[in-house]
Amino acid sequence: MVATISWKFTAREIAEKPELFTSGHRACAGCGPAIALRQIMKATRGPTIVTNATGCMEVVSTIYPYTAWKVPWIHTAFENAAANASGIEAALKAMKRKRRLKQEKVDVIAFAGDGGTFDIGIQALSGAAERGHDFLYVLYDNEAYMNTGIQRSGGTPHGASTTTSPGGTDIPGKTQMKKPIADIMVAHEIPYVATASIAYWQDLLIKARKGLEAEGPAFLHVFAPCPRGWRYDTSKTIELARLAVETCIFPLWEAIDSEYSLSPQSKIMTLKPERRKDVREYLKMQRRFGHLFKPKFEHVLTDIQKIIDKRWNKLLKKCSMT
Amino acid sequence: MKAGQQETRAMNGDEAVAYAVKQSDVDVVAAYPITPQTIIVERFSEYVADGKVKTEFVCTESEHSALSACVAASATGARTFTASASAGLALMHEILYVTSGCRAPVVMAIANRALSAPINIHCDHSDSMAERDSSWVQIYVENSQEAYDSIIQAFRIAEHPDLLLPVMVCLDAFFLSHTLENVKVLPDEAVREFVGNRQLPLITNHNGEKVPFKLDPDNPITMGPLDLFDYYFEHKRQQEEAMQKAAQIITETHNAYSQLTGRRYGNGLVDSYRLEDAEIATVCVGSTAGTTKTVVDQLRAKGVKAGLLRLRNFRPLPVRDIKEALENISAIAVMDRSNSFGGYGGPIFHELRHVLYDTSSHPYVVDYIYGLGGRDMPQNIIKGIYKDLMEIVETKSVKEYVQFAGVR
Repeated sequence: MVATISWKFTAREIAEKPELFTSGHRACAGCGPAIALRQIMKATRGPTIVTNATGCMEVVSTIYPYTAWKVPWIHTAFENAAANASGIEAALKAMKRKRRLKQEKVDVIAFAGDGGTFDIGIQALSGAAERGHDFLYVLYDNEAYMNTGIQRSGGTPHGASTTTSPGGTDIPGKTQMKKPIADIMVAHEIPYVATASIAYWQDLLIKARKGLEAEGPAFLHVFAPCPRGWRYDTSKTIELARLAVETCIFPLWEAIDSEYSLSPQSKIMTLKPERRKDVREYLKMQRRFGHLFKPKFEHVLTDIQKIIDKRWNKLLKKCSMT
Repeated sequence: MKAGQQETRAMNGDEAVAYAVKQSDVDVVAAYPITPQTIIVERFSEYVADGKVKTEFVCTESEHSALSACVAASATGARTFTASASAGLALMHEILYVTSGCRAPVVMAIANRALSAPINIHCDHSDSMAERDSSWVQIYVENSQEAYDSIIQAFRIAEHPDLLLPVMVCLDAFFLSHTLENVKVLPDEAVREFVGNRQLPLITNHNGEKVPFKLDPDNPITMGPLDLFDYYFEHKRQQEEAMQKAAQIITETHNAYSQLTGRRYGNGLVDSYRLEDAEIATVCVGSTAGTTKTVVDQLRAKGVKAGLLRLRNFRPLPVRDIKEALENISAIAVMDRSNSFGGYGGPIFHELRHVLYDTSSHPYVVDYIYGLGGRDMPQNIIKGIYKDLMEIVETKSVKEYVQFAGVR
């Protein structure tokens, strides 16, 4: 069960909390995932151990002999962040049972990107969720393998051009849809699943804390734009993270014990539909979708809108909003 | 503790391993079932279900996750064990290197089984031999008693602050894993005392302070970082330096254990059988040594000066011990239960011939690939190998350096 207490996480409170993911890391200017990690580490409630899948955040934060982490942190491989978290949690449990653990409670967080979650890491994640380990899994989703040079993943949206799904003369970027990973995690019947965007930091922090408070596995899908991979100006990261929510391409919701509910930022789109923005506004800001604005591929824009509408309506049903 | 206080139990090799793990105060066991390792995890699950251990047992969805969980658990300060075989070990391949690279002293039992394809569940050493460069200590056992003894020793070896490297204890599929044998076991307290508590060496953290080498919220350290061309090479050399200390740690641990139990396996690294005045000898690992000893006795009864060198350790390779044991032998046959396709003989042959190249006596060294996929290695084939060696000594020539034994 997830505690129903709500945390405020005021700006003052956040500013005063020490940085656990510190400056000096080598993330690109305008990096969305770095913002996500910094914010989430502000939501921790006590002693915490972090494990990180191979990927951008691992690479930029721990170039030996430097580290950006003020918490115990381990990286071992790409596909096994959830398995590492399982091992850490098991070790803590055993040591507590044997009275060898100094702390009363230690939280475990696993960070992984979309490649490490939608694709290569889904088996370990599914296994850890089924086994019920008490940990928070954070997916920082920048919608492609950015660390290796912008290759498509299961998290890349329909129509996006990547280096392995290029927008060519014949094929308009990725032809498949984004895998509904958070719904897949809800289907595991774990206590807490939520989506969040770095544009709404308070919502993100509250959800991260809820995930930590949940007794058992929690999954947090964080939308985190990447200026290098999406091809936009580095100053637009937060704007895009907000537009994704406002266009309903990435709605915010949470599922407590599999009960879906829309978060306020998305709920408003049902109460005041005029607030909902045209997806073209979001797409045209990013060169990864540039090819879709050529006459030949205009139909893809329509397809994208259809996909969004279909998924949005499905979500509204799950949230009993229809 | 005296040898007399030991109890004799009928156990197969897998059960002997599980029993040793039960007694070794292990914190985390993470494993995935694969024939012929399954009995290890089944028995251990029973110990957990019956409250006989305080271990956290994580029954993972794959071997890859099993070893990943073990590395992270070990990094958190837990004594950690897993077991696998064949395809399972192959699936762990990536994480084997991560385990040693993270200096996580995980102990793993391998029930040596052939690799696919074609799929085959029976014994050969292709699985663990393929991992010989992964910086794990490899111990190959001859019988279930040695499997039990070696697991207990393995925790003390792996966790030794001068080593901090993982240890594989390899036992032959079915020949050992599933065959009942009388195994002498120590009382729980004696094992507990022998393995002791896990020791955590102090390391220097990013602020220059000495902190325990583990994931500890009071003393945060970063493990498994990105390590580029400016440091990676040094870290890999440190790993090799640790491996070079392993031989001494293994012999010390073996000696201490022998005092407790009265049992010895050679000097802990190699186990010589009637080699002192031998003219011809075979070299092998694992259960085939048992059959070979019988053959050696038969040949000795006929006046043939035959001997056997069983390598208990393949990693680290006991170079000095091999030289000492074999430099006065005229002709040596290596018996490899795995093949290095397209190479010149099997993996043990490669290393044996390489080690003996420096000896002034320059013995003849030949190789026999045998027993792949569980093919039996009966006495008559081993006798044939000794016969070939006698011919080599007599004719001072070798017809074929690498052959298959027992194949149609």
